[in-house]
Amino acid sequence: MRAPTDPDVAAGEVLLSLENVSLSFGGVKAISDVSFDIRKSEIRAIIGPNGAGKTSMLNVINGFYHPQRGRITFKGETRAEMRPYRAAHGGIARTFQNVALFRGMTALDNIMAGRTLKMQRGFLWQMLRYGPAMAEEVEHRHRVEEIIDFLKIQEIRRVPVGRLPYGLQKRVELGRALAMEPELLLLDEPMAGMNLEEKEDMSRFILDVNDHYGTTIALIEHDMGVVMDLSDRVVVLDHGIKIADGTPDEVKSDQAVIDAYLGVAH
Amino acid sequence: MDLAYKIFLDPFVQMGTAPDLLMQTLWEGLVAGVLYSLIALGFVLIFKASGVFNFAQGIMVVFAALTLVGLYEHGVPAFLALAITVGVMFGLAFAVERLVLRPLVNQPEIILFMATFGLTYFLIGFGELVFGGEPKVMISDQLLLPSGAYRVNMFGGFVQMQKIDVAAAIIASLMVAALAVFFQKTRIGRALRAVADSHRAALSVGISLEYIWVIVWFAAGIVALATGIMWGARSNVSFALEIIALKALPVLILGGFTSIPGAIIGGIIIGVGEKLGEFYWGPLLGSGIETWLAYVIAMVFLLFRPQGLFGERIIERI
Repeated sequence: MRAPTDPDVAAGEVLLSLENVSLSFGGVKAISDVSFDIRKSEIRAIIGPNGAGKTSMLNVINGFYHPQRGRITFKGETRAEMRPYRAAHGGIARTFQNVALFRGMTALDNIMAGRTLKMQRGFLWQMLRYGPAMAEEVEHRHRVEEIIDFLKIQEIRRVPVGRLPYGLQKRVELGRALAMEPELLLLDEPMAGMNLEEKEDMSRFILDVNDHYGTTIALIEHDMGVVMDLSDRVVVLDHGIKIADGTPDEVKSDQAVIDAYLGVAH
Repeated sequence: MDLAYKIFLDPFVQMGTAPDLLMQTLWEGLVAGVLYSLIALGFVLIFKASGVFNFAQGIMVVFAALTLVGLYEHGVPAFLALAITVGVMFGLAFAVERLVLRPLVNQPEIILFMATFGLTYFLIGFGELVFGGEPKVMISDQLLLPSGAYRVNMFGGFVQMQKIDVAAAIIASLMVAALAVFFQKTRIGRALRAVADSHRAALSVGISLEYIWVIVWFAAGIVALATGIMWGARSNVSFALEIIALKALPVLILGGFTSIPGAIIGGIIIGVGEKLGEFYWGPLLGSGIETWLAYVIAMVFLLFRPQGLFGERIIERI
């Protein structure tokens, strides 16, 4: 169990803030006027019942969806919408709810793909596999091997990821995101479909990433035990509306949250 | 009984009694096959990176060759014309990304496929407008491509090999090798494969789809230019060449839409199969055999390997 409020986090500077964000698809409102922020080095959970707009929220943050209204401020820079390519450049990495890996490639190549933005040498040099390009490849490969060791996936690095069991695919996907050395890591249900042991492993990886690299993490998760253990602060969405925001303990005892989860007659 | 003999035995007897003729046929099949492979390669590049079957690949071959010859006819030196044509193919790739792919991003594949039909007819019209519709002669001498033939003595006879065909085989092999290294070993190659596998995952690691698409269409344009020069040198450059795109279809079915080695081997199987069929079975079945045999070969393969020879078999956990 983490300290409910890490004092340095509570006072920490804001890395990303969302102001009055609204997103709709045709007539369907996915997110209505939601504001919250993510502070540097915290683990921020986004929770809510199915269809609450959690994944849409992540998609807005890394630019897959463009909100109709609202402002997004990331590292002091305000814009109406993100673009995925820009978001990645700015240091936002993510994983997906139903695993989006490069299925034909090996685990190693998948994670190397995460280094794309970090590699600079022209492709002619790379084709020749000579000189500075070779040195660069070796250096990145070295970083990737560290990540592979960290995630304990040494044995599967040469396996095409399509053949891996689901839990390992999720781990490779996390590895690819880590390879980007992100400032903000978005995890969309990192533990969905995992057994207890796998969940414990994944929780430990998330905490270690946060501790060792100081990476800020925003995660969506359904397992309440996990959310309460991992996160510094929790934002609760229901039907696209923010109904609560605070420490795990505050949120847990909030009447609106209890109603949303248990269901009340409106 | 007599017919069965003619179909099943006589051709092989002929092959055995005149091995030099067999070798000649095999060589011609190999050369045709290499050129089919090149066309198929253009398709594979674009299909791998964007999942689009680019119907316009055939007309890109014609367009590239026409641009080259057209520039030369306007007094541009041959190698400068070649350089400018490379530039034109880059411009085309850039324009296709901006005007066709980008507005249609996230549309179903059939829409993109239809868009390549539009592109085909645009290029036909545009090419005719600028360079005229009459066939042109490829400037192979000016590009220092060899002419004449080698005579190789073997089996008591000889096999005649056109030097231009030998050059075509060498250039094709070099291009394939370069592309293979590019795809497997470079950052951009890895990004290309990434885009082919999953658009949103590629976006999430910061790969720009726009950039990748320009690169693959440019690469396909260069392959088209090489194909255009080689085909043009064998016959001439005309819009009739466009239908060779249809010849790429059985090659792709055979080799798998996503495999570069598949395109090569598939092209050679189709090329050799066609020439053998034409030479040994053609007299029995009528001379039209060359127009349909490729499709029959592809169909037979399809019965046994639906994913093609080298197509990625999707092995997945469910």
